[in-house]
Amino acid sequence: MSKDELQASGGSDRRGFMRGVLAMITGTLALLGPLVGGLAVVLEPLRQKKHGQAGGFIKVGQLASLPNNGLPKKYDILADRQDAWNRYPNVPVGSIYLRRTEDDQITAFNIICPHAGCFVQVDQQQKQYNCPCHNSQFKLDGSKSNADNPSPRGMDPLDVEIRNGDEIWVHYQSFKTGVADRIPNS
Amino acid sequence: MHMFLKWLEERTGLVKSFESLLFRKIPGGAKWRYTWGGLLVFMFVVQAITGFALWMAYSPSTRTAWESVFYIQHIMPFGWLVRGIHYYAAEAMVILVLLHVLQKIWFRGYQKPRELMFWLAMAMALVVVSCSLTGYLLPWDQQGYWSAKVRTHIMSLSPVIGPYLERISVGGDHFGHFALTRFFALHAGFFPFLLVLLLVGRMLLMRRYRQMETESKPDVISEPFWPNQALKNALTSLAVMGVVLLITVKPQWFGFAHLGMGAPLASPADPTDLYAAARPEWYFLFLFQFLKYFPGELEIVGAIVIPGAIVGYFALMPWIGRHIAGHVLNILVSIFLLGGAIWLTLTAKNNDARNAGYQTAAKEAQIKAARAIELASGPKGIPAQGALQLLHQDPKTQGPQLFATHCSSCHRYDGHDGLGAIPADAPSAPDLKGFASRQWLTEFLNPDHIATERYFGGTAFADGDMVKYVTDDVAEFDADKKDALAAVVRILSAEAQLPSQKNPETTETPLSDEDRDELFYDVGCTECHEFHFEDEDMDGPDLTGYGSRGWMIEFISNPAHARFYKSNNDRMPSFREEGILDEEAIGLLADWLRGDWYEPEENQASVAIAEPAP
Repeated sequence: MSKDELQASGGSDRRGFMRGVLAMITGTLALLGPLVGGLAVVLEPLRQKKHGQAGGFIKVGQLASLPNNGLPKKYDILADRQDAWNRYPNVPVGSIYLRRTEDDQITAFNIICPHAGCFVQVDQQQKQYNCPCHNSQFKLDGSKSNADNPSPRGMDPLDVEIRNGDEIWVHYQSFKTGVADRIPNS
Repeated sequence: MHMFLKWLEERTGLVKSFESLLFRKIPGGAKWRYTWGGLLVFMFVVQAITGFALWMAYSPSTRTAWESVFYIQHIMPFGWLVRGIHYYAAEAMVILVLLHVLQKIWFRGYQKPRELMFWLAMAMALVVVSCSLTGYLLPWDQQGYWSAKVRTHIMSLSPVIGPYLERISVGGDHFGHFALTRFFALHAGFFPFLLVLLLVGRMLLMRRYRQMETESKPDVISEPFWPNQALKNALTSLAVMGVVLLITVKPQWFGFAHLGMGAPLASPADPTDLYAAARPEWYFLFLFQFLKYFPGELEIVGAIVIPGAIVGYFALMPWIGRHIAGHVLNILVSIFLLGGAIWLTLTAKNNDARNAGYQTAAKEAQIKAARAIELASGPKGIPAQGALQLLHQDPKTQGPQLFATHCSSCHRYDGHDGLGAIPADAPSAPDLKGFASRQWLTEFLNPDHIATERYFGGTAFADGDMVKYVTDDVAEFDADKKDALAAVVRILSAEAQLPSQKNPETTETPLSDEDRDELFYDVGCTECHEFHFEDEDMDGPDLTGYGSRGWMIEFISNPAHARFYKSNNDRMPSFREEGILDEEAIGLLADWLRGDWYEPEENQASVAIAEPAP
């Protein structure tokens, strides 16, 4: 190839332009495999997975373990949990407060503060729930009790059933935090 | 040497490039405020060196992260030093990049043609902070875990992409292995890579500006970088490193009184444990405080909208500052924001100092962290299930919690509920501190004490046979009988095999079985109690093995059992039979009441003092 020919194919003419485009397409194609594969791995958590537990009631304890004194008591929710490559059978996946006001009257609240997801504590003296993170306070019935409560809603109630006469079963769910509506987490 | 350099130069041109870098012209000569670039590069190199060393010992998974960081911090020689430098240099870097931006605003360093330089500085600040945010989770301790949870929650508030961002960074619905692997990849890979790009970009831009300046102002005297500016750079780097080293070695001089050498490590992350001491790093306290003013759905305003607007304003500063009035406005806004952040930080500190609940929580967190480290350093080491299991199976940690939840509505422990709080209602069952010890038994058998709240005063047995026996019979005992009773206390207490009474000076020469039975018969115990014999007609609890681990577990499991109170049982629930507590929890409670838990050797002297033998 002469010097003139070399310059002619250097990009100023139509053929040179086409080659440039071709080079870019080829290069992109070469990168496509690792790029798409890599993105798929990075974005994998966005894939919605089916949860076996969703919608089911879980047994949390015996009726006798909950004194009939109207004070909340913490219970752990035990279930099988899959964490990445590990499967943990029967581990705490969350906690709830149970409160017995009558013999067969039990209310349940998720322990998670609807504000920012911290764990709410019980102040037995003041008879209320306190969140240690941003000072949300709730009455024992779950409603907000302080005026400057940063939580957008009261504590999240859960359905309770007494089965077989002496077992407490709870429909365990957690909800999206920081919004006024109760949107169950998938 | 010369030959080699010549050889290298002919093939690479590296020598010339290096020389031009080293002897680059600095218009106006070396200045202290030109040391920023060098200092930032230096800090990055420090983080790269220490980070790489930590990387070689760190394992990102929920059952190895805390464990490997513990190993680095407490077992590896100089591990604490490397981790301490990495931790405090990161904090220094956050301060430095912020000052860097503020300095550019103050000296109007964003003016044409240096707008890009200013944005680079801003980007650097954001990347350095991102490095800190992601690094904070990696030890997988309570502090990092709960902070990260709040942060990803804040991230999820961003419009439209928020929830997706949260899922991508957490690696799923829950914090688990993938949260660690992802945060680690961002912390050690992605953000440092960005930072290198920014630092290189800064260097190239700087070179271009200096060239332009020397060309446009030929009368300004310039000086080469080497050696004057280089010396200044080295001195500032040494000064900053000196401070970092000092904090690492002597954190107590800087107000971190509870810390040992190196960076702090809280107890292992426990998703089921209320961590009331959760607070962000000090340089994020202002944002933490700020969020308190935005209740409910307004949170997004405080967490996303306003911070976003502030970053946006900073990005626009080069244009706003074109006129001197705009420049003054920029400075005023910066001072206002800085002052506001300081004020918010101090308010947060103040609130916490006055918040008794937080103070207790912080103290408990410290105790727990120390205990986790004690157990992990203990003879059993860390099991494959991770260090959290050590805490979950530790009577010293779990006992007080269990006692407060399940026992303290009737019983007391040294007058409190096990955790140190005094319940409002009077006790209605015995105080169990030192149960079955000689001291406890001696006081129990004292006519003046048995009917008090501390023993049987609040129970259904207040008018029972045992109280009558002590207040009527024992009160009349002569000296011989009193000696016999003391011997009974010694023998009965020995049944418990309490760790606190294992000291040789408190053990007596044992009686033969016949003499022992006779003694118990003489004093009157075996009229109602079984003691190394079986008799179903006895009303009182079986004293065989009284206070031992097995006895305690059986008693707590079912106090109404034929061996114990039968139908005379007062209000005590049958914890195992009724499904209130499982076997493991009852075992922990029994161990804790008996003072039976692991203590490192240097602490054992103090344990003996805490539970004195009479």
